[in-house]
Amino acid sequence: MSYIKPKFQHPNMPKNALGYTVGDYNGAISTLCAGCGHDSISAAIRNACFLSSIPPHRIAKLSGIGCSSKMPTYFLGRSHGFNSVHGRMPSVATGASLANRELTYIGISGDGDTASIGMGQFIHLIRRNVNMTYIVANNGCYGLTKGQDSATADLGAVSKAGNVNPFDGIDLASLAILQGASFVGRSFSGDKEQLEPLIRAAMAHKGFAFIDVVSPCVTFNNHSGSGKSYAETRKALDAMPLDFVPMREEIRTQYEPGTTQGVTLHDGSVIHLHKASNGYKTDDRNAALLSVQEARDEGRLLTGLLYLDPNTQNLAQNLKLASKPLNSLSKDELCPGSRMLDSINQGLR
Amino acid sequence: MKQIKGVNDFVVKFANVNGSGSASANHLFAKAIFRMGIPVSPRNIFPSNIQGLPTWYEVRVSAKGYLGRRGGVDIMCCVNPQSMEADVASVEPGGYFLYDSTKPLAPHLQRDDISYFGVPLTEMCMREYPNPRLQQLLKNVVYVGAMAALLDIKFSILKDLLGDQFKGKEKLISSNVHALEMGYHYAMDHFKCPLPIHLKAGGNAAPHIQESEHILMNGNTAAALGAIYGGATVAAWYPITPSTSVVDAFAQYAERMRIDPGSGKKNFAIVQAEDELAAIGMVVGASWNGARAFTATSGPGLSLMSEFLGLAYFAEVPVVLIDVQRSGPSTGMPTRSQQSDILAAAYASHGDTKQVLLFPATPRECFDMTVQAFDLAEQLQTPVILMSDLDLGMNDWMSPPLEWDDSYQMDRGKVLDAEGLDKAARWGRYLDVDGDGICYRTLPGAHPDKGAYFTRGSSKNEMAVYSESGEDYVQNMDRLLRKFETAKSYVPAPKTHDPIPVSKPKTKLKLGALFFGTSASPAYEAVEMMAEDGYPIDTMRIRAFPFHESLDAFIHAHDLVFVIEQNRDGQMRRLIINECEIPPGKLRPILNYSGTPITARSIADEIRNALGAKSAEVVALHSEPV
Repeated sequence: MSYIKPKFQHPNMPKNALGYTVGDYNGAISTLCAGCGHDSISAAIRNACFLSSIPPHRIAKLSGIGCSSKMPTYFLGRSHGFNSVHGRMPSVATGASLANRELTYIGISGDGDTASIGMGQFIHLIRRNVNMTYIVANNGCYGLTKGQDSATADLGAVSKAGNVNPFDGIDLASLAILQGASFVGRSFSGDKEQLEPLIRAAMAHKGFAFIDVVSPCVTFNNHSGSGKSYAETRKALDAMPLDFVPMREEIRTQYEPGTTQGVTLHDGSVIHLHKASNGYKTDDRNAALLSVQEARDEGRLLTGLLYLDPNTQNLAQNLKLASKPLNSLSKDELCPGSRMLDSINQGLR
Repeated sequence: MKQIKGVNDFVVKFANVNGSGSASANHLFAKAIFRMGIPVSPRNIFPSNIQGLPTWYEVRVSAKGYLGRRGGVDIMCCVNPQSMEADVASVEPGGYFLYDSTKPLAPHLQRDDISYFGVPLTEMCMREYPNPRLQQLLKNVVYVGAMAALLDIKFSILKDLLGDQFKGKEKLISSNVHALEMGYHYAMDHFKCPLPIHLKAGGNAAPHIQESEHILMNGNTAAALGAIYGGATVAAWYPITPSTSVVDAFAQYAERMRIDPGSGKKNFAIVQAEDELAAIGMVVGASWNGARAFTATSGPGLSLMSEFLGLAYFAEVPVVLIDVQRSGPSTGMPTRSQQSDILAAAYASHGDTKQVLLFPATPRECFDMTVQAFDLAEQLQTPVILMSDLDLGMNDWMSPPLEWDDSYQMDRGKVLDAEGLDKAARWGRYLDVDGDGICYRTLPGAHPDKGAYFTRGSSKNEMAVYSESGEDYVQNMDRLLRKFETAKSYVPAPKTHDPIPVSKPKTKLKLGALFFGTSASPAYEAVEMMAEDGYPIDTMRIRAFPFHESLDAFIHAHDLVFVIEQNRDGQMRRLIINECEIPPGKLRPILNYSGTPITARSIADEIRNALGAKSAEVVALHSEPV
């Protein structure tokens, strides 16, 4: 049973450009375990949508199956949601985005949902470059079935029962870069300062945007040696901070010269990447892959915007879809009529 | 020797090598008969192979307009040495055998009860054409010319057809016409033409076929056109024989008819998915978001799609699925026809599920029912599966012309837009306001603060809130059953035919026959054969599942009912027994599962066998316990 949060809001709550308060982006009360990383991601999504002034009803949230995929109930209660089939959210999202290219699509998945049962659909979703934001809440284990290792569990990670994982973990961010995803980010559920702007940038991006979020499972995978506990993640974290300035908004923050690199998205929004002086290049796929792999080898969890191609062509563009959403075409626009059918009949005689 | 005689009523079979270019020559032959106004039904019987294996093309000519297979071969045109022994053996006594006489016929291939016509096809083409590819291709056209002389096909019609086929390519037209003439003249000079078995334009062809302006088309193309006219905008699919040509044809028509005039861009999206799981997932996503979407597949694809079919049934998302059935299980015989997905489709997915099925029997019905499938899927908010098969989908069928009523409006079912939501007193996604089991849905993005809900495959209450309460679950499942009951009055009703009058019936039993799809045409013919034998049989052609009430009444009104279908296990029979609670003994299965379409003769033989048994046995059968 999910509970609806109280509708009452303080009259002086700040409002965004559309006049909505952050409470207008709330969902039902979470039924996940207390302290679950996933709830922080839900909050970050809620805040990102509020800050970017996206009308809640113009967002569609889709998910697969698992703890992660329950999340969409807990944010954006005014948006339509679809909790689909295990590992198959990518295809549902693809179909939905073809039917109406005007909505903002957020896909929520987990490491089991994406890296195991849904690997095929995930790779092909990247390949098709569907215009959506795809977030994996990555905790290295299966929560709902009580703590089995997932395919992203690190080599040598110790399960709660004491078993050592003999398999190398799948690094979803590297995989996404390799397959040509046009926006790849990684973050940590405990790093709100980074995660929120990253989600906002992903939603502004006009192509497939992937964010791998390490999100500890407090019940089954938060112990020492698990590789994805709060403590271990914080220790390994090598975060590259960023800010997001949406289009038409004045840039207020002053950055010290040489410390920031700005990337302009297709809609005019700007992502400010700090720590650029370290030489990290978000626009070089091979260099990005190398940096992520080097960090992995050194036991560092490199987070931030890992790769971006702002000029990408998404699926709707590649299919040359007309601008009017397919779901709003009238009979007259769709049905060729009896005269055309008569001429087809004639050709079959 | 007694030769088979007759006008406009026979079976011709061509035996070819796959990939040798015979298909278009054989099509030319069948289409010429069609243009003469004589009922004809050609069938490709082909291997799962691109080049080299034996392939056949069987042409049924039936003055009475029976378009199913009759059984038996009257005239064999054999240009494939690999299969010649079996091909010679398959000719009816008194029949005819045309072969390539460049090499003499081996003695073991000679029968004394059939007539042989040797035409030196290879030798003629070697002499006439320098290019080896042309030698091979035009050999096919030469035998069509010879067959035209033997059967009295109007030569001018063949020439016109070649003109249509190669429009603007004068060189090709003249070389093909020349090949036709070579064959024609060879036959005229060497054989007594026409044969005792031949064609006659305007002869004794069925009046109902002559009067209308029939077309020749395959079911897959017709279904694709149905998707265009039904307003489908999203097609997601994975290649699989024999359904591939549905989406191929949809793409061709859409490129012509669905281009936005202003921008030149597309008012449709076609995605070749990574597998059938993804194909139907895309359809579910697009339909959920308010587009008309469909997929086409065959047996193995249906198995993969059953997971999503369960979700769509339970979450109540419209889906249109065109299942062009082939022989299973597993890869089975991928290029052979069957009606063997009935149970897998009717109960597709785990848990308690029932899916809406439509059974087209002609290309015209493939068109009409595909359009209707989009309306039904949205009215009922559930998957609708069009159960076609390889025989209907990939072969050319003579069909009444497709018709379109320009006043047609898409029925989008119970969808509340912003205005509807503002007017609604109380809205819940799964509230059965009208008592028909069908609730009101909303589309994403429609209203700023009303109508948002969470679609899920998990159990929920009427307000679409997650719930594991047994009460909520049962209420929902019962409503889904109520909706399925409602569907009975939405889907196409069966077609019944009174029996052909028999002056002195040989039985007192009231006999009935049930069938569907491509079993219908040979079943009608078998019923006529049985009437000639003195056994009147009522017929009912099933056109949809859930079954119409009249099916129950039909079965109850008869002592013994034959269920004619093309699978091993009598799947339709079992579905009827299960759904209508009929004593099994009352329904006698008449089956064919060889992969080649069922024949009228085999149906009649099995009915004769059943009736030839002592009447006591028949009575015993239907007094079997339930």
